[in-house]
Amino acid sequence: MSTSKAIECQLAIIGRGMAGMASAFYAARRGISTISIGITGGTIFASGFLDLMGVHPIEEKKSWYDPWAAIDDLIRDIPHHPYARVKKKDIRDAFEEMLSFLKEANLPYYRCKEHNIEMITPLGTVKRTYCVPHTMVNGVRALKKKCPCLIVGFRGLTDFSAHQIVATLQEKWPDLRATIISFPNADHVSELFPGEIMAQTLELSNNQKKLIRALSPHVKDAQAVGMPAILGMHRSQEIAGELEDKIGVPVFEIPTMPVSVPGLRLNDAFAQHLSLKGIKHYSQSRVLKVTNGPKGSFVLSIGNRKPEYTVRANGIILASGRFGGGGLYADRQRIRESLFDLPVCQPRDRNTWHCENFLDSRGHPANRAGLEVDDLFRPLDSTGQPAFERLFAVGSILAHQDWMRMKCGSGLAIATAYAAVNAFLRLNG
Amino acid sequence: METQVLIIGGGATGTGLARDLALRGVRCIVAERGDINAGASGANHGLLHSGARYVSTDPTVTKECQEESELLKKLAPHCIENTGGLFVAFEGDDEKYVADFPHLCSRCGIPVRALDIKDAHELEPALSKDLIAAYAVEDATIDPFKLSLENISQAQQHGTTLLCHNKVVGFKKSGNRIRAASLLNTKTGKETIVEAEQVVNAAGAWVREVAALVGVSIDMLYSKGSLLVTDNRLTKRVINRLRRPSDGDILVPGGTASILGTTSVRIKSLDRIIPTIEEVDLIVNEGATMLPILETTRYIRAYAGVRPLINTQSEIDDHSMSRRFALLDHAQNGLENFATIPGGKLTTYRYMAEKTADLICQRLKVASPCLTRTEPLPCTQAGRWTEPGLGPRQWVKEKHTSEPLLCECEMLSTSVIDSVIRSIQKQNGTPNLNAIGLRSRMGKGPCQGTSCGVRVVGYLYEKGLLDSDHGLTNLKEFLCGRWIGERPVLWDGQLIQAELKEVLYCGLSNLEL
Repeated sequence: MSTSKAIECQLAIIGRGMAGMASAFYAARRGISTISIGITGGTIFASGFLDLMGVHPIEEKKSWYDPWAAIDDLIRDIPHHPYARVKKKDIRDAFEEMLSFLKEANLPYYRCKEHNIEMITPLGTVKRTYCVPHTMVNGVRALKKKCPCLIVGFRGLTDFSAHQIVATLQEKWPDLRATIISFPNADHVSELFPGEIMAQTLELSNNQKKLIRALSPHVKDAQAVGMPAILGMHRSQEIAGELEDKIGVPVFEIPTMPVSVPGLRLNDAFAQHLSLKGIKHYSQSRVLKVTNGPKGSFVLSIGNRKPEYTVRANGIILASGRFGGGGLYADRQRIRESLFDLPVCQPRDRNTWHCENFLDSRGHPANRAGLEVDDLFRPLDSTGQPAFERLFAVGSILAHQDWMRMKCGSGLAIATAYAAVNAFLRLNG
Repeated sequence: METQVLIIGGGATGTGLARDLALRGVRCIVAERGDINAGASGANHGLLHSGARYVSTDPTVTKECQEESELLKKLAPHCIENTGGLFVAFEGDDEKYVADFPHLCSRCGIPVRALDIKDAHELEPALSKDLIAAYAVEDATIDPFKLSLENISQAQQHGTTLLCHNKVVGFKKSGNRIRAASLLNTKTGKETIVEAEQVVNAAGAWVREVAALVGVSIDMLYSKGSLLVTDNRLTKRVINRLRRPSDGDILVPGGTASILGTTSVRIKSLDRIIPTIEEVDLIVNEGATMLPILETTRYIRAYAGVRPLINTQSEIDDHSMSRRFALLDHAQNGLENFATIPGGKLTTYRYMAEKTADLICQRLKVASPCLTRTEPLPCTQAGRWTEPGLGPRQWVKEKHTSEPLLCECEMLSTSVIDSVIRSIQKQNGTPNLNAIGLRSRMGKGPCQGTSCGVRVVGYLYEKGLLDSDHGLTNLKEFLCGRWIGERPVLWDGQLIQAELKEVLYCGLSNLEL
């Protein structure tokens, strides 16, 4: 006998990474009654950068200034890349909609519509990306000008080495220097993590003052000051502004290794918005079973270990990610899709999954394994037909892309979520 | 530079020989082309054989193993875990071999005790239900890194000079003697000439290459063996399959993990010794017959080493053939101050070193007796941090809790890394990720360098031990080195780990560009 509670909705979104969040966001804005299932996922691993398209062909390490031209080249060479199924205008609209929401959510992003921008990473490398949180824009500018600049690290924050960034960039940016200061109220703390606690500490004006006191003597000739991205959880721009006022030079954040605050901010912004829009999120649940309901609908049994809810949905968006997200699963023989056992396009055998060199410029073939979809982002069954009328797949679970090497992760999530939600709208009538 | 003995190779034999000679008052230089235990000495099971494995194939080796393992248990207890071992047979195994085993053991004087099936399952619950016979023997495990680091450390205290990353590129002869060797520092490109009275070639699998530089040819065969490391320790004891030595038939505890192996693949070139997916699958399938959990457990990496075999043109297979060592006195090739010791078993490394040192001392007319047979191997800082599980214990005990952790899997705090850095500097080395990883557990946990790699590099920068973009080069070398071992075990959990690694280093940080 089933004791689970019944839920009715039009659309169930499985996965809570960037693609799942974006799907829920677009669905909410289109008035689709939606639920979202899955533990907090990929967004907390985000650096804060929103990549659109950066490198193609990856084996040539060709890095693009113009992401739109890169996409043209990409889909000419890899016609099955998910970008080939989204009109460029739709990708633009998807970003527009997303970025204007983030602005309203007090998490403004900076971009130059037509081209990529460059920003430094915590390893001291320079990365081309499409958008950065507004709190990083002074870093983009300082890097461009190579002006005298100070990178600040915090004692005990082992995930972020200011000296590493400075030494690594030395040749490109000779006027960069590093200093290490104490973090407010952290004299007795041995180890700091670049997460919520540090960020929240800096939301108190008293602590901001302490930070300013510790920081000011080191500024000297610096025309900009960069520090790890921990300037508050929700008012980062204001806090950065407060710092700038007091120390007299532009301040910017540098992403840290995950879990990073910019990822948490994105996650929070989405979560709050979706909750306001009435989208229920089952954060402790996973989908245990899906069966077919009437007229192409689905019945999902969700719960932690045992079924807690029975969801009736007209459509499903699968945004369950790859191996880490649980969307794909690999045993010694093959790669499978975890929920529907959909066919996974994949290399012949384990011998061809990964190159012998971790950094092989061709990328690892396993990273291009994934689901094949039609133009409406519906996964295909073994006959090449959509497996279900209203099942969609978005984000990194899709085949024929290597988002890590092509630097297209966020764009892929945003564009395919946008396309899938619109396709659902059309098919659902 | 000038020395009495130049030892080529910093593996178990080379470092053991350095200690043996140093304790006899002989000055040595050890030239190692990589770092300590770079070859087979660092890529084996870490098994201190009781001798039981060889009772059917080689009574001499059996005896040597037994004597040496007893000796080492007394003299180097800090490098050894006296786990005991089991020989186990399963339905379908050769029953004659099983029945003969206790007799062969007693004929060789190897203590062996038959166990009830029920008792064996109680001792090792992971054993398959198909168990038909079990015998307890005196196998143990040995930490080859700690062993070599302690050996070289005491040798250095007695005047030995260690030159890591120094490859022998040529010899200068005069008459029937080697006068000097030229070393090339593979990191700096600097050349060093070492004048030596005696030269010992202890380059393991590379002895043929070294000997060829001085015109001596050694007929070698190479047998690659691959091993797998599990995430958790699965048994208390060493588990040997009771059959003729074959693939995937030994599971050895390695502190907090277990090590399953091995294979035997003839290879022609020493250029790229890596564990393959075929080998991994073979080992897992074979191992799962003994312990079904080996089918489902998480493996965190694989590694491969090469058994250097002197070609005796015999028909016996490599698992059996690798067991004997040969000390080649090249006086017979017309070079009176040159000898080669290709290495054999880790268990008998000390004995090989002693025999070699005897020859060298006889040539040098040094009368001092061997002391490694009686003197305990000191326990120093040099080898301290190779021990699995020490990180977490000390973190609590030594109040490292007041320091940041640089490696979370193995709980290594900044002061542990500081201590390892000091050891590297004492050995004339440059602190970098590979050198630190060799001397500690850094990078050996499930994350395989994902978090600790970036943290330790950052720490080295903060300490002023790295400059320019050398940290990136360092990270690349380290991650690519780890990857060779990870690649063949990338399914299920470890594939998720590898994906995260690529997200961080490539997706977010462009390390591949």
